[in-house]
Amino acid sequence: MIVENRTGNVAVVRPAGRIDRLAAPVLEAELQAVVAGGAHRLVVDLGGVDFIDSSGIGALINGLRASRMAGGDLRVAQLDERAGELFRLTSLDRVLRIYGTVEQALGEYD
Amino acid sequence: MNARHMRSEELTFSNTLPNRPAAERRHGLFLLRVLIAANLLAGLYYLQWRYTASINWQHWPFALAVLAAESYSYLDAWLFGLTIWRLQRQDRPAPPVPGTTVDVFITCFNEPVELVRKTARAARAISWPHSTYILDDGNSAEIAAMAEQEGVGYLVRSAAWDGKARHAKAGNINNALFQTSGELILILDADQIAAPDILHRTLGYFSDPRVAFVQTPQWFYNVTRDDPLGAQAPLFYGPIQQGKHGWNAAFFCGSNAVLRREALMQMGISQYVRELEQRIRRRLRLAEQLLRHAKRRLPAADATHIGEALDELRSAVWRARAALRAKASIQELTWQFQRSAEAVSRRLVSDDLERIKAELAALSGNAAADRERVFLTRLDDPSVLDALARRDVSPLAAVPAVRELLLSLDLDRADEAQPLMPVARISVTEDMATSMRLHAAGWRSVYHHEVLARGLAPEDLRSSFQQRLRWAQGTLQIMLRENPLVVRGLSWGQKLMYLSTMWGYLSGLASLVYLAAPVLFLLFGILPIQSGSGEFFSHLLPYLALNQLCFFAVGRGRSLWRGQQYNLALFPLWIKALLGAIGNVYFGRELAFVVTPKTRQHETSLRLIAPQLSAIAALNIALVWGLARLALGLEAQATPTLLNALWAAYNIVALSVVLLAVGPLQRRARSRQEAGT
Repeated sequence: MIVENRTGNVAVVRPAGRIDRLAAPVLEAELQAVVAGGAHRLVVDLGGVDFIDSSGIGALINGLRASRMAGGDLRVAQLDERAGELFRLTSLDRVLRIYGTVEQALGEYD
Repeated sequence: MNARHMRSEELTFSNTLPNRPAAERRHGLFLLRVLIAANLLAGLYYLQWRYTASINWQHWPFALAVLAAESYSYLDAWLFGLTIWRLQRQDRPAPPVPGTTVDVFITCFNEPVELVRKTARAARAISWPHSTYILDDGNSAEIAAMAEQEGVGYLVRSAAWDGKARHAKAGNINNALFQTSGELILILDADQIAAPDILHRTLGYFSDPRVAFVQTPQWFYNVTRDDPLGAQAPLFYGPIQQGKHGWNAAFFCGSNAVLRREALMQMGISQYVRELEQRIRRRLRLAEQLLRHAKRRLPAADATHIGEALDELRSAVWRARAALRAKASIQELTWQFQRSAEAVSRRLVSDDLERIKAELAALSGNAAADRERVFLTRLDDPSVLDALARRDVSPLAAVPAVRELLLSLDLDRADEAQPLMPVARISVTEDMATSMRLHAAGWRSVYHHEVLARGLAPEDLRSSFQQRLRWAQGTLQIMLRENPLVVRGLSWGQKLMYLSTMWGYLSGLASLVYLAAPVLFLLFGILPIQSGSGEFFSHLLPYLALNQLCFFAVGRGRSLWRGQQYNLALFPLWIKALLGAIGNVYFGRELAFVVTPKTRQHETSLRLIAPQLSAIAALNIALVWGLARLALGLEAQATPTLLNALWAAYNIVALSVVLLAVGPLQRRARSRQEAGT
């Protein structure tokens, strides 16, 4: 997982591979650590992710909560088709906006 | 643990529920369906005659009450018939998929250590590879030490739960879900001794990716054959669950079940979205009114600058409502709202700071000016401004309603320990609500009819009553809160299966009528039915006979009599449950989640069964009075008198089960049993 710190309190997190029930706790811990480190405006770039299940989404939601409680936000970019389906199935697309690119997601922070 | 327990522990696990060849099963089902259809037709014949030709209007209030009770029972017969119609025996699963990972959860809350140890050992000894965890909601050092000794995992609530709603057992499981990672989860109550092959026998069903859970029966090893407390539920963990299975509506019952993590997590996410959307929608609707009120109540000194701020907040609310209508995501909408609120707060704070600075500057001749100059420079630091404008301390938050609004129009649920709660927590019986949501989302369920875990039933009347009260209240609570008939995503069959169980718990009122009817007639001559006796028998007897025959056929040699007795005898409990659930759902009264004690409660008070004793007394007086009048030739209506005497006698026999259950009798029955084995 690559964490790229942008200016100030903004960070881009790029997990890779599968985010399933085994990897979800790792992602969540990473997100919590980034927020605790002061970067509470996050973008999670899912472009490098092959598969995400609902445990993985659970990690994103927990990360979202942590960032919001710190006064920030967590935005999701580059969701693939299959993950998008899971978002629709659970109606998570009502809550989370899916950004096409990382730059788009970052742009909204200004 | 007494000696009896130790003996039964040595019993090996065998398939106590007989397997029957498929051909016989099909014939059996056909016969059942014929009986069900005949019973419902006979019932229709009886009931239409009751409605059209036999209401005794002279005593109309009671006549109508009886008619209502009979209609209730007839609908119950329909729901029962529909359940049995699709009875499906499921006890031969496919072999498990190799490599399936399983977590075994043992939920406990202040049970004795040795009892949990037994459960933990049995769980550890399950032959399919798995990880065992004790989920200790009692946070006890002894249980932790025992888990360590036995080499099983030990989980308690994370720090996030401190000071938050705990949601009892549902919360306990929800917490553990985020600390473990198995594909499947076997849930066991603290007293449920699992068979070593429990996973081998249930995992195969999950090769169908749509299966969310497999439920196996609950069976109690501390119950004597005559089961004075009616603890075994052979009708439910048998024909009823098998019938529900046929409709893809088997119930998850909280223990002895294997669940798919993915299904639970998906439920958690959907539920999070649903509740969040509801909350935001409701809050936005109220916000405008709230802000208007807040402005009106401002003290005159604040009226201008805070009043202006409130107006700006109001336009932020309008923008958020417009965004919601335009289907913007809740994330964006709350983000923008919070940023607008922040800007408003910040302006207020900086106005205040400016004023303070001006006042300090006016005092510049003062000797303490140096210290104030340091203070002044710190006021110019932007981080100070940020800190003072935070939503919980900003001047806006001084208006309590506004503070609440700012906190609630956000994504996080400040009142909950974790955003996702996969196991439903809307009810004290979380299991049924969870299965209803899974079914509504299109998941499949399995009832596997084979005893694979054995537990402890409550051993005294009080505990048994508490347990039943909890089930009844929880079920009715769900019915009132999430009426299954309007839950989207459930098929009609599933809706009716849920309704059926809930409907059953409404029986208390009908029972009251059935108990009162013979008393009212024998003592006061109040007859709810107006008919000649020949006509009456020709309508009632076929229905009554077929009803019993039907029940007998469904039972197939299993003793259902105890269950029937308790169904009637617990009428005060069912009524109490109904009132409790109504009070909770419509009047917001608290409904206590009582953990059923696994150890004997040393209190066998006759007060517990006072209503039943009074009913028995009244029935006996009525019975003797009626028969005496008949014998003395004082009774003109001989047939109704005999009939009501018979009815009273049946009621007495059914109710007397509670006498069997109170202390001395129960102990005697037990020592008899022990002498016999």
